[in-house]
Amino acid sequence: MKRRDFLKSAGAVVASSAVTAPAIWSPAKAQARQETLLIVSESGPNNIDIHGVGTNVPGYEVSWNCYDRLISHEMKTVNGTPYYDRDRFKMELADDMNVGDMSVTFKLKKNATFHDGSPVTANDVKWSLDRAVSVGGFPTFQMGAGSLTKTEQFVVVDNNTVRVDFLKKDRLTIPDLAVIVPCIVNSGLVKKHATEKDPWGLEYTKQNTAGSGAYRVVSWTPGTEVVMERFDKWAGGAQPKVRRVVWRIVPSAGNRRALLERGDADISYDLPNKDFSELRNNQKLSIISTPYSNGIQYLGMNVTKPPFDNPKVRHAVAYAIPYQKIMDAVLFGLSKPMFGAPAGTKTEVAWPQPHKFTTDIAKARQLMAEAGYPNGFETTLSFDLGFAGVNEPLCVLTQESLAQIGIKCTINKIPGATWRTELNKKVLPLYTNVFSGWLDYPEYFFIWCYHGKNSIFNTMSYQSPKLDSMIDAAVDAAAINDTAKYETNVKGFVDLAFADMPRIPLFQPYVNVAMQKNVSGYQYWFHRRLDYRSFVKG
Amino acid sequence: MTEIAANTPALPSPAGGGGSGMRPASGLIALLRHTRYVLSENPVTAFAAGLFLLIVIAAAFGPFIVPYDPYASNTAMALKPPSAAHWFGTDQLGRDVFSRVIVATQLDFFIAIASVALVFLMGGLAGVAAGFYGGWTDRIVGRIADTIMAFPLFVLAMGIVAALGNTVQNIILATAIVNFPLYARIARAEANVRREAGFVMAARLSGNSDARIVLAQVLPNIMPIMVVQMSLTMGYAILNAAGLSFIGLGVRPPTAEWGIMVAEGAAFMVSGEWWIAFFPGAALMVAVFCFNLLGDGLRDIVDPQRRT
Amino acid sequence: MLRMILKRSLIAVPSLIGVIIVTFLLTRALPGDPAAYFAGPAATKEAIEQVRVKLGLDKPLIVQFGNYVADLARGDLGTSLTTGQPVATDIRNRLPASAELTLLGLIVSMLIAVPLGILAATKPGSLADHLCRVISTAGVSLPVFFTGLILVYVFYYLLGIAPAPLGRLDTFLSAPPRITGFYLIDSAIAGNGEVFVSSLKQLVLPAMTLAIFSLAPIARMTRASMLAVLASDFVRTARASGLSPATVIVTYAFRNAMIPVVTTLGMVFSFLLGANVLVEKVFAWPGIGSYAVEALVASDFAPLQGFVLTMAVMYVLLNLLIDILYGVIDPRVRIEA
Repeated sequence: MKRRDFLKSAGAVVASSAVTAPAIWSPAKAQARQETLLIVSESGPNNIDIHGVGTNVPGYEVSWNCYDRLISHEMKTVNGTPYYDRDRFKMELADDMNVGDMSVTFKLKKNATFHDGSPVTANDVKWSLDRAVSVGGFPTFQMGAGSLTKTEQFVVVDNNTVRVDFLKKDRLTIPDLAVIVPCIVNSGLVKKHATEKDPWGLEYTKQNTAGSGAYRVVSWTPGTEVVMERFDKWAGGAQPKVRRVVWRIVPSAGNRRALLERGDADISYDLPNKDFSELRNNQKLSIISTPYSNGIQYLGMNVTKPPFDNPKVRHAVAYAIPYQKIMDAVLFGLSKPMFGAPAGTKTEVAWPQPHKFTTDIAKARQLMAEAGYPNGFETTLSFDLGFAGVNEPLCVLTQESLAQIGIKCTINKIPGATWRTELNKKVLPLYTNVFSGWLDYPEYFFIWCYHGKNSIFNTMSYQSPKLDSMIDAAVDAAAINDTAKYETNVKGFVDLAFADMPRIPLFQPYVNVAMQKNVSGYQYWFHRRLDYRSFVKG
Repeated sequence: MTEIAANTPALPSPAGGGGSGMRPASGLIALLRHTRYVLSENPVTAFAAGLFLLIVIAAAFGPFIVPYDPYASNTAMALKPPSAAHWFGTDQLGRDVFSRVIVATQLDFFIAIASVALVFLMGGLAGVAAGFYGGWTDRIVGRIADTIMAFPLFVLAMGIVAALGNTVQNIILATAIVNFPLYARIARAEANVRREAGFVMAARLSGNSDARIVLAQVLPNIMPIMVVQMSLTMGYAILNAAGLSFIGLGVRPPTAEWGIMVAEGAAFMVSGEWWIAFFPGAALMVAVFCFNLLGDGLRDIVDPQRRT
Repeated sequence: MLRMILKRSLIAVPSLIGVIIVTFLLTRALPGDPAAYFAGPAATKEAIEQVRVKLGLDKPLIVQFGNYVADLARGDLGTSLTTGQPVATDIRNRLPASAELTLLGLIVSMLIAVPLGILAATKPGSLADHLCRVISTAGVSLPVFFTGLILVYVFYYLLGIAPAPLGRLDTFLSAPPRITGFYLIDSAIAGNGEVFVSSLKQLVLPAMTLAIFSLAPIARMTRASMLAVLASDFVRTARASGLSPATVIVTYAFRNAMIPVVTTLGMVFSFLLGANVLVEKVFAWPGIGSYAVEALVASDFAPLQGFVLTMAVMYVLLNLLIDILYGVIDPRVRIEA
């Protein structure tokens, strides 16, 4: 009797522990689980409107899925993964796009409605684009990158037609209308919540989605989770398969991995490289790795001050970086090398592309001596603590290697909040950073990172009139489709950037996504966030 | 139940006497004899003292006795489990975890000692003064302690290090400030209760100055509690530094320090490379463990009431 | 008594003012520039300045402080830039999560530590004594985040008997109707067994982590002060007059030994709230500790100030309680006003 009781209770313990993890007791919960995509990531949104003040990158993901743009991109396949096609556009809210010489005209889809049921009109489109160029900060800045800066550029032709006038010929204008920022907002709804102090209703859209997108936010607990549900009357494309998206914030990478491995979470895309390389090997999950479009992690040097004002010193550093060690021990092979191109390689009309430097300490020492630093010097090597997983071991290896040519570095960890401030001051002598551009064109990268107009991303304060003229020439050539001139100039500025070496490209990082085997439909987008609309579960 | 009485030390109580005060040279010998007695009576304390000795040796000679350069990377040997060549395995960059753990002793020990010394000077003295004099002194010290105490301590430490910059000095300073109220309040409470005690009255009646009474009567009497606190704080100091490292406010890489090594290794736990976090974590635990046990033992040694 | 409480509350005012000033200065001394942080990754200098003006950070420090105090007087703690919500709302939502966890951790810890400490003190040098020291000391010697990670690793990853460390409830359950904000209490009131069990399961590992950490200070203080009291004259007198050892310990020694223990409890609570910061990070616990860390990393002033102020008010209240208890337990301590 007693023994039987014991066995019974032991059985109960085993049974209850078996269901603990997903803890599906009620059938309703099992049903919910089947139709829900559970995403885990390190951080969540602080604002679900990309036009808001200081909306963070996770906030972009909500905007992408809950709002529509006039146009978006078609997909192509790169290495077996659906990958947005830079050059082919697909209609989202627009039914038709007509590109003229100095303007582009969009006809809107007649059946498109916002989440509250009101139709999407040309006035909504104008109001939204006006909003993007007027609120200031990042959205306005991004619009400007495509020469979209004035509200007069957006003209309501009729209730169903909008024209965007060009300020000048710029090949980035139309791609810039397909990025996240020019999203179409329900102006009627938002205006109701606008105040004199807040004419664009930013306070309202910060907490509420007011779009026409495939999903809408039904609950958002900042720092904890975002719950989104499918909008069944979405007109922007085919109805998505996933009914509900639960996005949980799990700060610890170890926990995120455990959740994936135990099948509790469906997707995570910001795990350390090592975890991805192991998960790929153990076959339990699908792993997709795609290089960042137009993105590079690099080692930058402040060229305005000694010793890095001397190109020989910069070359010496470029020869002293332990590239392969970084690839192996820090990245676990999950990145594309941007170094060691074979000697005869011709420069391509593409970016990013590898340079020809490799680790060669003897050569580096010789260059240091020629530069007048036979005994080296002391400096600091800074990195953004927000990305310590890669940056810290990378800097430790670099520090060790530079010590061999006499450069003694102190490693300086800078917290995420301070990082941008420090970069902006442009006083860090030596640092590592990543830049990647949404618009995937070589000249776009070079305007930000090398041009003498000295944007925040020209972290080296590099100035070269010759390089500037080639960048400008490439931009002009692209606008009028002068391919030959464009290619000459792109090759020219790439060659010059490698010869002067104000920043040393290290590798092109990968976006790694891990998901359960029963989840499919991942697409790579320029913004590198998830597009829920294409996912399929089961 | 009778063992209770048997095990409770039979207590003579010379401490109540008026003039005993500082004990002269013969006291030192008595102290040593007493120490030996306590160690032999109390195996845990003896064990802790042994550990302490090991830590001191590691702190002093660590860099000279380790088998590998603790800062030399060897990516071909990265993430290797413990073996005969690498007792504690290797980390992500192929550095020898054993060498790093041993070398880190110096820094951690220094952080612990320095912050405890600093807070004992600041908090202990302020607290005794507050408790003994009362009035305005008490109010000011109390107000400072209250203000600090009203902060969530770890967040205050984070704030201080974040605002002043993450250097070893600032970690020490932050740890000391955070522990100030603990010392001040305990010292105050003890001094306050004792200022009317018989032996203090007696000392006062026999014409001793306030300073002398504080140093000779009050301070020795509150030492036991303070020593318990100091031993605890030594451990907390290291844990505090480790916590700061965990959120990225610790010492600079590639410096070997237990806390930052645990934090770095934590990411590798789930993928099975337990040794990277485990060994520095264990070293951290052993050191804190040792300080704490030793504190208890020290209490037995210096406690005038338990001295036989 | 009432007058004493009133007086004691008034005394707390200067230290609260101190906290407000120190926090304000400390947050402003942080090296980060929130304007640059929130202007986004591609901001120009002009864009950053725009954000700075929007945030009111272009004004002199003293004006900013004046604005802050004026807002505070209206009960407005400002808006968090990281979560985008009013700080008061954030704290109201998150405080119960932290409080539930911390209190549970403290209760578990006390239930183990106080008897352990007494046992050790009554039999100094015995096996129980050594065991008490070793167990409690081992607990406090581990960094909380390490303990937390190990517990997750063992009980969730290896053994699979703990739920996923994903906050307060299973992902597919919804929170009980909010009454206290404590899920255990709210779900019990609502009579929802499933939610109660789920939230209890989620609480076990983080509460254990906190309890392990706080075991030592409580046990040690209990033991140390119990020892001191047992050695004192009045206990010897009580013993000599033939009272049973149990009566002596419970009636005479325990009461007196509790003075430092009560002081310690207040400090342990404060320590636990500090430790919470790290534990919450490991367990993805949506409390105010993780809230504060995120704010600190982003140089987000408002939440940090709001958090510290909330903690300060809570601490003052706690202290008041301790002082009252102090007076009750030991009439020798005069409460100065």
